[in-house]
Formats: sequence, C-alpha cells, structure tokens
Amino acid sequence: MTAKRSVTVTVNGEARTGEAEPRMLLSDFLRETLGLTGTHVGCEHGICGACTVHVDGEAARSCLMLAVQADGAEIDTVEGLADGETLHRLQQLFSKHRALQCGFCTPGMLMTALDLVRHRPNLTEAEIRSGMAAVLCRCTGYEGIVHAVAEYASGGER
Amino acid sequence: MTAPSPDGYIGRSVPRREDRRLLLGDGSYVADLVLPGMVHAAFARSQLAHARIVSVDFARAMDEPGAAFALGGAELAGEMPPIGGMQVTAPKGWADRVDHRITLPPQNLMASDRVRYVGEAFAVVCADSRYAAEDAVEAIDAEFEPLAAVVDPEAAASPGAEIVHPDIGTNAVAELYVEKGDVAAAMAAAPHRVRRRFRHHRYAAMPLECRGVAAEYDRRTDSLTVWSSTQVVHWVRKELAFALGMAEEKIRVLAPDVGGGFGGKGHVYPEDLIIPYLARRIGRPVRWVEDRHEHILNAAHSRDNIHDAEIGFDDTGRILAFRDDFIVDSGAYSPVGAGVAYNTTAHLLGPYHVDNFAGGTAVVVTNKTPNAPYRGAGRPEAVQVTERLMDIVADTLGMEPAEVRLRNMIGPERMPYEVGLPYRDGVPMTYDSGDYPASLRRAIEEIGGVEAFRERQDKARAEGRYLGLGLGCYTEGTGVGPFEGATVKVDASGKIVVSTGACPIGQGHETVFAQVTADAWKVPIEDVVVLLADTSTLTMGYGSIASRSTVTSSAAIGDASDKVKAKVLAVAAALLEASEADLELRDGKVAVKGVPEMSVTLREVAAAAAPGWLSRRPEGSEAGLEATSYYEPPTVTWAYASNAAIVEVEPDTGRVLVERYVEVHDAGRLVNPGLADGQVKGGLVQGLGGALYESIEYDEAGQLLTGSFADYLLPTAAETPPIEVVHMETPTPLNPLGVKGLGEGGAIAPPVVIANAVTDALKPFGVEFNTLPIRWQDVRAAFDPAE
Amino acid sequence: MKPPRFDYRAPQGLDEALDLLADSGPDARILAGGQSLVPALNFRLARPSVLIDINGVAELAGIDDQGDRVVIGAMTRQREIEVSEDVARAVPLLHEATRYVAHLPIRTRGTVGGSIANADPAAEDPAVAAALDATMVCRSRRGERRIAAGGFFVDVLTTALEPDEMLVAVEFPRIPSGAGAAFAEISRRDGDFALAGVAAQIALTNGRVTDARIAACGLGPAPLRFRNAEEILLDSACETEAIEAACDAVAASSDPHDDVHASAAYRRQLAAAMARRALNAAHTRAGVAA
Ligand SMILES: Cc1cc2nc3c(=O)[nH]c(=O)nc-3n(C[C@H](O)[C@H](O)[C@H](O)COP(=O)(O)OP(=O)(O)OC[C@H]3O[C@@H](n4cnc5c(N)ncnc54)[C@H](O)[C@@H]3O)c2cc1C
Ligand code: FES
Ligand code: FES
Repeated sequence: MTAKRSVTVTVNGEARTGEAEPRMLLSDFLRETLGLTGTHVGCEHGICGACTVHVDGEAARSCLMLAVQADGAEIDTVEGLADGETLHRLQQLFSKHRALQCGFCTPGMLMTALDLVRHRPNLTEAEIRSGMAAVLCRCTGYEGIVHAVAEYASGGER
Repeated sequence: MTAPSPDGYIGRSVPRREDRRLLLGDGSYVADLVLPGMVHAAFARSQLAHARIVSVDFARAMDEPGAAFALGGAELAGEMPPIGGMQVTAPKGWADRVDHRITLPPQNLMASDRVRYVGEAFAVVCADSRYAAEDAVEAIDAEFEPLAAVVDPEAAASPGAEIVHPDIGTNAVAELYVEKGDVAAAMAAAPHRVRRRFRHHRYAAMPLECRGVAAEYDRRTDSLTVWSSTQVVHWVRKELAFALGMAEEKIRVLAPDVGGGFGGKGHVYPEDLIIPYLARRIGRPVRWVEDRHEHILNAAHSRDNIHDAEIGFDDTGRILAFRDDFIVDSGAYSPVGAGVAYNTTAHLLGPYHVDNFAGGTAVVVTNKTPNAPYRGAGRPEAVQVTERLMDIVADTLGMEPAEVRLRNMIGPERMPYEVGLPYRDGVPMTYDSGDYPASLRRAIEEIGGVEAFRERQDKARAEGRYLGLGLGCYTEGTGVGPFEGATVKVDASGKIVVSTGACPIGQGHETVFAQVTADAWKVPIEDVVVLLADTSTLTMGYGSIASRSTVTSSAAIGDASDKVKAKVLAVAAALLEASEADLELRDGKVAVKGVPEMSVTLREVAAAAAPGWLSRRPEGSEAGLEATSYYEPPTVTWAYASNAAIVEVEPDTGRVLVERYVEVHDAGRLVNPGLADGQVKGGLVQGLGGALYESIEYDEAGQLLTGSFADYLLPTAAETPPIEVVHMETPTPLNPLGVKGLGEGGAIAPPVVIANAVTDALKPFGVEFNTLPIRWQDVRAAFDPAE
Repeated sequence: MKPPRFDYRAPQGLDEALDLLADSGPDARILAGGQSLVPALNFRLARPSVLIDINGVAELAGIDDQGDRVVIGAMTRQREIEVSEDVARAVPLLHEATRYVAHLPIRTRGTVGGSIANADPAAEDPAVAAALDATMVCRSRRGERRIAAGGFFVDVLTTALEPDEMLVAVEFPRIPSGAGAAFAEISRRDGDFALAGVAAQIALTNGRVTDARIAACGLGPAPLRFRNAEEILLDSACETEAIEAACDAVAASSDPHDDVHASAAYRRQLAAAMARRALNAAHTRAGVAA
C-alpha cells in the first residue's frame, strides 16, 4: 500500500485528480503533480509559512499534509485569488504598500492574511503582527505587509 | 500606466513591474521549472566535521526504485577542476600597500578524500523524483575515518592543531596588515587607553528561497542551458566554460525569479557546476532544489570574527590611536578569498578622523561551513568594534556617546576626504560626499533627543524599568568594480531594449532600470524592455553583489544609451533633413526643437537604420541601433548612515524589546525612493535578527546545532519594531546620476546599536555587551549581583 | 527533506482504527494533525511502517461540556479550542494556553490529542492537563483505560500509552466558581515552543486560597506539577511573600535542560518569572470571579 493512489481535490473551484504515493506532501502534489507552482516551499517543516494554502476554507501548511489526506478537500491557492485580470484587493494592497520584494513569501502571506482577517475581526496592529508571524519574510522587514493587511482588515470584505 | 513626467521617472516611487506576476503566483523560480525527461538530484552530505573518506559504495543506492545515476567526489575530481578562478584577486594598489600572505585552499566540487565540514557533499544521486533521490542517498554505503575536528578558530591557529588542509600546512591561510601614521607611538603617548575583546557571531543570509540549479544539455548543438538561483549568472558561466572546456557562447546561464539572496547567492557554488555536468554526462535534464536543512548546512555562512582592539584618546574624547587585530573564522574553505576580511579593516575608521591606525587580520580555516559575504560583508564586524569603542570612550570620560562621536567625525567641509588606506579595489579610499555630523544629529532628533531620553530613562529606573539608547554610525564603500556591462538597442518596434549584468533578487531592478532608461531616452516607461540575469543578452557582466547594481548598471546603461542616441540623432537628422544639433528626444520621438510637428518616431528611425535595401541611414554609418558599454567605476562611492534605537529590557526575563529604531541613511540620489526605503528597512530587520535572534552554533565536535528553522530563528513581524528611515540625498560626484549603493547598508549597524542600547540600559550594573548576538540570558544575568 | 516510504490507512471508525493499530505492529504511528509528526517524517527522523490517519474518525472530534468537566475529543483542532466559548468559560486555562501554541495555520490542523500524546516537554496542552490533573481516556481493542495526567506523562515524548492504545479524549475538570486561571509564557519568538511556560489556577474563598494548581512546560523532561508551591499558597492570601515563596519553589523544583536557546540556569530564572506572572494574574482573576 505504499503504491500510488488517486487523489482528487477541488482546487480554486476546479476538480483536479492526480496520482500520489502516500508519502507525497500536499505541497509537492500541488506544485509538481498539478503544476500549481504559486505555492512555495521554503522549509518543509512548518515554520516559514510560504506553503500556506486554504484547506476547506482555513489556512494550513501544505508541507505538513499528505496529498492523500487532501482527497476530497477544497483547496485554495494564490492562483485562485485574482478575478480574471483584476487582482484581489489584498493583492493590490500588497503592491501599494510595497509588501513584497522577491515574492517568495508572498503567496503564503496572502493566504495567511485572508484567513486571519476572517478568523478575527477588528484586528489591532499587534494582533496583525502576531498573526502574520506565521509566515517569514526575509526581504521586506514586514512593515508593508502589516500596513497592507491593516488596510485590508479595516475596509476589506470579510 | 504612467505618462512620462516632465521631470522624468528618476526620483519617483514608480510601482514595480515585478509585482503583478509575483502576486498572481506566476513567478517562476528554479524549483518551478519542469524540463521534459528531467531527473532530480540529491547530495550525500557529510555528517562528520572532519574525516577521511575510506569508501563510498553505490550498489544499494542504485537498487533503489527510480535511481538513475550516482557519482562520487573522487570520480568527479578526475573530471572537473576545483573551483579556482573565483578568488577575488588583489589589485596592485592594494598589494603594494597592504602586507599580505594569502594561500587559500582549493575546493574540490565534492569531497574526494576528506570531508571538512558537516554538510560537505561527497556524492550525488539522480532519480525520478526528489523522494526517490533521497531514498537512494540514504542507501549509499560510505565509510569514514574520523579526524579531530578543528572548531575553535583561536585553537586552530595555535601550534599542534589538527590541520584542515595538509597541503597548506597551517590553518591561518591568510594574514593581512595595514597601518597609517604611527600607531604604537601614538598609543603609548595617549592620555587614556582602553582594550577590549569583541566577538561577532556567525549568521547567514538565509533567503526564503533556498538555492537551486537546473540544467539541460542539447547534444545536437553541444550546448548547455543552466538555470540557477544566483546573483552572478556571468560568473557561473565563466566557471562552467572553464570547468567543462566549452566555449562561453555554448552555455546560457539564467537566473529566473530568485527568492532573495543578500550575498548568500553571490558566488559560484559547486552545485552550479555539478548539475550542468550531470546533465551533459547523463543526457537528461537535471534539477536540484536545495532543502532548508541543506541550505543551513551548506550555503555560505558569514561574519564570525574575534577582535582584540585598543584605542587611545585624550580628555576631550578625541581618538589618537586605534589598533585592531582580528581573526576571521572562514570555515573549511574561503570561496571569496580574503576580500571580506579586508572589507572589515577598510571600514573600521568609519566616519571618524583618526591619524594613527593599524588593522591586522588572520583568516583561519576550521571544520565549519565556508564563510562568504552576506549583506554588509565584513562591515558589521568593523562597526561593532568601532561603535562599541565610541561608547566605551564616552563611558570612561563620563561623556555622552553622541558627543564623542561628533568630536571625531569628519565634517562636510573636509569632503572629499582621503582616509589614508587603500580600498580593496586598490584605489586610495576617499569619502566622496556627505555630512556625517548632520546625519547623526538628525538621527538623535528623530529618536526624540538625548536629554529628553535621559530624563525618561532616569524616571523609568526609579520605577524599576530599564531603558537604553543606542547609537551607531558607519560609512560604506558601494558600487565597487571591476565593471558592469549593458547592451542597449532600439528594436524594430521602436522599443528600447536594455540588458545588463545585474541579477535581481527582489530589489526591483526591472523597475529601476526601466526608470533610468526611460529618462535617458525621454520615452514612456512602458516602452522600455529590461532583460536581466541572462547571459544570452549580454556578452560580459558581473552580477548583483556588494551594493553595486544601481550604481554600475545605471552607468553602463547611460553610456550605452549615449552611443545609441548619437546614432538615432544622426539617422533622424537625415530623415528630417535637419541638423542634429536642432533635434531632441521627446516622448518616444525625435523632434526638431520648437517645432513639435516635425518629428519621427523611434520606430521610424529604427526602420531607417536597419541594414538592407530600404535603409535610409546616412552614408557611411553603421547599420542598426545597438551598443554595448562596460562601465568601470573609478572606485567606490561612500554611502553612510547614523542609527539610533531605544530598547527596554525586562528585569525578570532579560528579554530585550526594541521600542523604536531610526536610521538616517544617505545613498546619494535615489532612483526610486519607495524601493530604496524597502531595501534599507529589509536590511535593518536582518541586522536586528543578527543582534537578537539569529546565530549559527556548533558543538565541540563541529556538529551544527541550528540546522532547522526551529533553531535558526529569523525574526517575524511580531519581533520587528517600528522602524523609521530618513533619507538624506547627497549626490556623489563619481557617476552621472549621483547615485550610491544601498542594498547592504541597513544590515550593518543594528547589532552594535542594540548592543550599545542594552549596555546603556544596564549601566547601573556595569555590564558591557561586547559579544554578539545579545542573549536574553546574559541580559538577565546582569541583574544578579556578581558572585 | 521528503518523508520515507510508508503504508497509509485511513479508518473511518474508531473500532476499525483500533483494530488497525492492534494489527499493525510496533512501527505503526497514528497520524492526527500531523503538525509534529509530518516535520519528523520530512526530516526522516520518524520512520513508521504504516500511518494510521485518524482524521476521518468522526467520533474522535468535538467538545462536550458535561457540567463538572469538559470532554475534548482527541481530534479536536487547537483552532477549535481557541474559538470555543464553552472552553473559554469552563476551562479558561486551556483556552488561554492555546493562543501560545504555534500559529493559527498550525492550530488549524494540530489537535489536542496529538499534542498530549506527543508529550513535547515544551508544549502547552500537556502542561494544562498536568495543572488540572485532566483524565486521559485511552482505548485499545483490549478496552479502555482512564489515566490521570500525573501518571500519563513519563518522559520526553513518552507517555503511558501502550503501542496498541490510542488517546481518544481528554477530560478537563471545570474551573470552580471563585477561581482564576492564567497562563504565562516566554518563547524566543511569537509562536515558538516555550522556553518556560507556567499554568496556574487559584481558587479563593473569603480571600484565602482553597485550591492551587501550578504546572509548567519547558522546565523538565515532562510537564511538571509543583505540589510544593501549591502547598505554600494554600490558605494564604496570595500576599507577595507567599507568591515569591511559591515562585522560588517552582524554580527549585524545575528540572530544565541546556540548549542553543537557553541555559538550564536561565530557564530556572524564567520559571520563577513566569510563575510570578501567572500566579499574580490568576489571583487577580480569582478575586474578580469570587
Ligand atoms: C512551526 C510549529 C510550531 C509549533 N509550536 C508549538 C508550540 O508552541 N506549542 C505546542 O504545544 N506545539 C507546537 N507545535 C506542535 C503542534 O501544535 C502540534 O499540533 C502538536 O504538538 C501535535 O498535534 P498533532 O495533532 O499535529 O499531532 P501529530 O503530529 O499528528 O502527532 C504527534 C504524535 O502523537 C501521536 N498521536 C497523535 N494523536 C494521537 C492519539 N489520539 N493517540 C495516540 N497517539 C497520538 C502521533 O502518532 C505522533 O507520534 C508546533 C508545530 C509547528 C509545525
Ligand atoms: S514550506 Fe511549509 S511551512 Fe515552510
Ligand atoms: S518578499 Fe522575499 S521573502 Fe518576503
């Protein structure tokens, strides 16, 4: 039973099926099997947060889930945020506040922030900083990220 | 998006071109590449710090499902030379002035007979997936005979120590000494002298994207395409051509989107050469994506110095003599030579005038991961020494630290100021422009003033709370040579296409160089195409290291643009039947001054300049609108900054909380202030990480103790204090745009600024923080009465 | 950093899961939230022959307020604890401690049962269980065992669970009326495992301590309960001297280790500091509740 098995997930609203060994991580399944390379991998031990996606509507580390565990789940990734050519409001705010440089942490930041804002209303700056501590950024020094999330939280759709 | 402003794009915070693809998840990093038929590589890495390799057997490894190929270091050593050509050479002006003895050890691409640090590769396996490759690596049967591990750099340099590289015969592989004035006499005559030992710990660039290399060999054309997460594509190509015996033009090296570098991807690594070699050898594309554990073990570390410094001064706090002898723990190899070590020496004097100075250095090899430049590259170590000493002088004399600094600072009236030492490019160091005292005064003002702080501090102490103010100033040579290249052309569509050797790692180069080019050409920025990090677009390039790209690439783009513009004007003059002197570039056209309706578009000029029957270029002129320039900076231009921070330390836990951090930074004219601000702030947070959280630790056996992100602690948003950056903009006279480099600056000062602030907070207990990082437990211990 | 090969089973009911566990031998591992186990797999530190994924066992999840106690199913996510008003009311210590467990996206998956069965000495949930002397409900095909926290945590990553046993629920006693609870922790960064964390719950009657419970994480090979410190507080009015004496007792009874993050001596100092914060806060809250 270490053999590959079929895994079907609904990714960004679309049913996708692929084969996975039981040991294959969800991050690798998304990236390698389904070709969704927007989700990044920075540590594979749960700390950097770059791999964060939404599993059934809540943020989770895709490097700490097996692909077989996601069978039947709804997965949302950074690729599903924009509406056609129009960036999601949080994506626009990231650009406005210079919340990205190399862009490697960005998908994890976006997915984490969206979950955080939904999870906890009326976020203070300290709560944003603590909530966004779930994802590491080595480039920006976080200021733009905190500002973007704060602006989104204060006026954004929930 | 943006109409060309009458004032141009330079100096405006133009939004980044890079953002859209990165926000959409459409960026493409090495790990995202899929090449048909590709195999995945994994390396077998030493678990011992120092050992002789007795045997490596691949029989079981090759039996693993999916295993395709395996290769050991000994076999590879027969096929490829050690990485040799990477050592930064010593220019004559430097070699004549600095006493030096340098015998740097060669580094085989993989260990062949001996492993010298935990993490050094001794074999590589290719397999159908990274999973299968790791299975096969585990199944390699390798036998080692352990040798004594050399871990402590001082012990390494002592007689009787185990020798890391027996061919060299000593672990002190480089020694440097440089002096100005007569330091011994001045020190002896000084009314006051203090000596201290300072230690700067080992920490690392730690980009969020680890390294990675993918390569594809085309047998038909005997050519290689290589994708590397690197800051130096041209350098990789040069080494590859040498190592594989191929023409450079048969090798294309690209860096796709790169997830940060900060110097950690700023030199050629063995994997940059091994992966392309494997692709050629086995005839299938090969991809290697470094994992985080590998990265911490194997990507270059940085810093790691021990300094013994002495300073002589008078009753007014004037520095009369300054001497620093220091050891650099270089790890097992020294991929970038003694350059970083000398950088430290060159930055010890900072913004201060000191007549008598000496710096002596020993670069020592140990059984640790090789040490190489990381953001700051030798400067944080220097600044730790000088700026701690400034505070110690102040403390000795009962003066304010700010006062001592101002007393010794070089005033703007002395610019340009000759330091009296050579820079590592061989040119005598000359501070080109700036107002150092104004910068410090501004930083103090921004933090709320010294007096107001002292009042607050006293009041807090009365309540059992401990606040501290820390200052830190530095100068930084930026935009170093030897050169950078750029090719500029006007293509048939009339767009301006520029390519340069800069390799972006997140700074926003595509945007910045588009701004520079749009202004040079007076075109809307949308009409500029920027090609970067691809050797196929530029014959010779250098790369993005050492705070140099905006300075050097911009100058090369400007120069190449001038050449092409001359041609454009000549062709347009012929088309418009006007004199060249009467023409100007405006809004994507060439027009007759004062007669806007008399104009031709760049597209029309490009068509006219093309070779062939339809060409309408002037008689005798060369076809095409294209030129390449190589900018060779005369020497570095000096950025500088002053920092001030307020910290509070918790008496019961020793926890250090940074309340506010201010940096007043001067990098000359800013092309894009928003992006410049982001560079400085990002650097500052790395410096704060180094001050309080990040540290690479080894045990006595040379085992790495911080091999995961659970133990190597990058600061998060929650640990990051409010940071204010004030930009002064004193242009440099050294280049046409007046720009200085700013990629590294932020990371230089925070460790010492926080050390100064914590020392200030604990002044009632008389404890000095001269060792980095600052550990809460040491802060906590300061509150206990000495035993 | 990819997991080694293993077999994978995803039972849909508890009996099926217990059968699999009984039949799969000693190298089988239960996969709950995976937030500790999967990193260990990725580093190849864990090499199970088979993973028994209990995420599909519906009867293991849920919070059941039974009045005198709250029964928390092993597969209840830490995220659910964080938002549960029942838990906030009845087991405020667990509620407060949960906010110190990692970060939200990790609590999305991580489970109370997983944390307690994993028995990481620096983890918060085991310390809360120790403080409140929670009951671990353990099942195997052989039957059920109810183990009090005091007998459950044995050593670093080691519990009293037998290889064929599964933790199915944890029963936390309801906080008595007139009692206050507080959790204090210091970690290197936001969300990191504790350098030292202290859980305290104090019940007051007429201003006198009638019940005190103090336990800690990060200060020994297993979560520690500080009976001597509790004794000191009993019958006191939590005046400064009593609290200080209790803090000294906590520090003295701690058994911390040295690592790159902190020396044992420093952890001991932190033990006292966190005990002081937790006890003062718990006392204040008890005063408010009384
Ligand atoms: C970055 C990061 C930071 C973290 N920080 C913290 C922190 O600050 N504090 C903290 O407490 N935790 C922390 N954790 C751990 C996390 O909270 C885990 O969720 C928790 O420790 C384990 O729960 P789990 O459900 O994920 O268990 P799993 O990882 O699935 O399992 C852990 C172990 O318990 C066994 N097990 C699980 N469930 C049962 C059961 N019902 N019966 C018997 N055995 C079982 C498994 O076989 C395995 O050996 C962190 C994790 C990460 C990735
Ligand atoms: S890759 Fe998943 S948390 Fe870092
Ligand atoms: S933008 Fe580079 S890591 Fe965040």
